[in-house]
Amino acid sequence: MQQNQKQRKATLRELFSAWFKIGLFTFGGGYAMLPLIEREVIDKKGWTDKEEILSIYALAQSVPGVIAVNTSIILGNRLAGVKGAAVAAAGVIAPSLIIIMIIAANFDYIMNSVYVLQAFSGIRAAVVGLVAAAAVRIALGSLKDKPAYIIAIAAFVLSAFTDLHAIAIILGGALAGLAVYYFGARRGAED
Amino acid sequence: MLTALFHLFTGFFKIGMFTIGGGYAMLPLMQEEIARYGWMTAAEFIDIIAIAEMTPGAIAVNAATFAGFRTAGVIGALLATASLALPSLLILVPLSNFWEIHRDHPILTAVFRGIKPAVAGLIGAAAIYIGKTALLYDPLLSKGEGLPIDLRSLLIAASVFFAVRRFKADPIKAIIVSGIVGLVVFGF
Repeated sequence: MQQNQKQRKATLRELFSAWFKIGLFTFGGGYAMLPLIEREVIDKKGWTDKEEILSIYALAQSVPGVIAVNTSIILGNRLAGVKGAAVAAAGVIAPSLIIIMIIAANFDYIMNSVYVLQAFSGIRAAVVGLVAAAAVRIALGSLKDKPAYIIAIAAFVLSAFTDLHAIAIILGGALAGLAVYYFGARRGAED
Repeated sequence: MLTALFHLFTGFFKIGMFTIGGGYAMLPLMQEEIARYGWMTAAEFIDIIAIAEMTPGAIAVNAATFAGFRTAGVIGALLATASLALPSLLILVPLSNFWEIHRDHPILTAVFRGIKPAVAGLIGAAAIYIGKTALLYDPLLSKGEGLPIDLRSLLIAASVFFAVRRFKADPIKAIIVSGIVGLVVFGF
């Protein structure tokens, strides 16, 4: 399966254009970009896989900065070093720069256009479908044993129904992983 | 002019450096810095959040570009956005190098085996959260009472979900088509 083989190299131009596309079509930031990342970075380029992207995502969310930019930096750095990180970040930022500058220059006209509002109502609805599809795909790919199911359900409930910060939930997942898969496994080996 | 550029640099570097979790987590600090340097008015700040949500790209990046452009044109926009991303670059390059080298250590493997399902749960919750804001009636477009959920939005969301799951539709095409469909169905 060629798709599952992780590629370790990419040209700077490839990195820029892939992240430019992700930046251009991500509406709403954060998790809304997951479906596009999956398509570009996993399905098309094979730079990572759908399980590893969760680790990368966790890392991107646990340090300061914009999540989309952080994700591009981690993958860019892996594929082409510091230069790759800078180019990937520039790629994901560039569409915002261009579009927002155009909007800032025509601010009042655009804010008052009913057509713009109508088109974006459709786009926002599409994003819901995209994120839901990504959630299903990721759940099917990453939930491999009982503890994983318990952690996922706990994270879902805590995130959906409490004000607990995502970082606290990620940290909780890390501690649970350490307890179950490291200390639990060692204890099992000693018995 | 130079002072204004210097303030854009320090202000957005600080925002990039001290907010964890991205997106909305950055807005309070951004509001503070904006008030301190007078980059835009409070009303403009609210407008830019609305625009940042509606336009592609990360919300914080969009807000930085807007503030920079308003303060010092294209150079200001470039500088503010680059300053926002710079801390990420400085922190993540060494950190991800460390991760790539030591990722097979049993402790790190165990930690990430716990983190992955947690992130899967977070994404599920995000789908619900996004659904709540996007599928409810848009007060700007809807007419009259009835169901709290806009059926047109629900139909678009369900079609996209089905197209992606079943037919592996390209998300970019799905977004473009939904924009056009929105233009038509929300016009009535």
